[in-house]
Amino acid sequence: MSEAVREAPRKQRREFRNIHVTELANYRQPLSAIVSIMHRVSGFLMFLLLPFILYLLQESIRSEISFAHFQGIASHPVAKLVILALVWGYMHHFCAGIRHLVMDTHIGLDKDSARQSSVVVLVITWVVVIVVALKLFGVF
Amino acid sequence: MKNNIGSKRLVVGAGYGLGEFLAQRATAVVMVVYTVVLLVSFLTGNNFSYEGWAGLFAQTWFKLFTLATLIGLFYHAWVGVVSIYQDYVKNIAVRFILHTASAMWLVACAVWSVQILWSV
Repeated sequence: MSEAVREAPRKQRREFRNIHVTELANYRQPLSAIVSIMHRVSGFLMFLLLPFILYLLQESIRSEISFAHFQGIASHPVAKLVILALVWGYMHHFCAGIRHLVMDTHIGLDKDSARQSSVVVLVITWVVVIVVALKLFGVF
Repeated sequence: MKNNIGSKRLVVGAGYGLGEFLAQRATAVVMVVYTVVLLVSFLTGNNFSYEGWAGLFAQTWFKLFTLATLIGLFYHAWVGVVSIYQDYVKNIAVRFILHTASAMWLVACAVWSVQILWSV
């Protein structure tokens, strides 16, 4: 190829890519993004804990003896923490899921309403989680 | 040229994911309804002991409603975990193993739920 037709060296273009996982810590997420990623985290958490949930259901309904066993498990502090994590997962997934269903009908898609509805999701979830935590650890 | 862009796009034929998308929403609505029914049935009763709780699950209609909801839940979870793997797991072999393991996980849970529900 002759000198004349050789292309001039291209300018280095800036590349735009999705942020890397390691950059997440110093990237301030909008509330809707937090609700969205927590929707995934809570869903996957419940998926992994399905056998534990089914086990608790089994012990709670099979017989009076197994019900006493269920109460024994549920009174263990570690089990209480797992149950609390599941309550968080359920509440978050439930509220964020309803938000998604509403948004699927093209309601509340603009930036401000999306932010407001994510605040609502987080507030309802955490109020319920705190009330359940107080109940589980015997405050009332 | 045929106009099949945007809302006129042909969405039948080989998997465009619309079926999964809709099934995930439909099962979500079923689970919301189930949650309300479960809470109302239990909390409006005046028996919060074993009898009240197990008595609820002793009725055939409630067993069937629970099982149908759970099967919906497992399908909902399947669609959900597959989306997660598609987004974060780029290695096809690893993804295939995760798909297989998740499917077995959910099928096992489904069979176990039948056993649990019909043990009371």
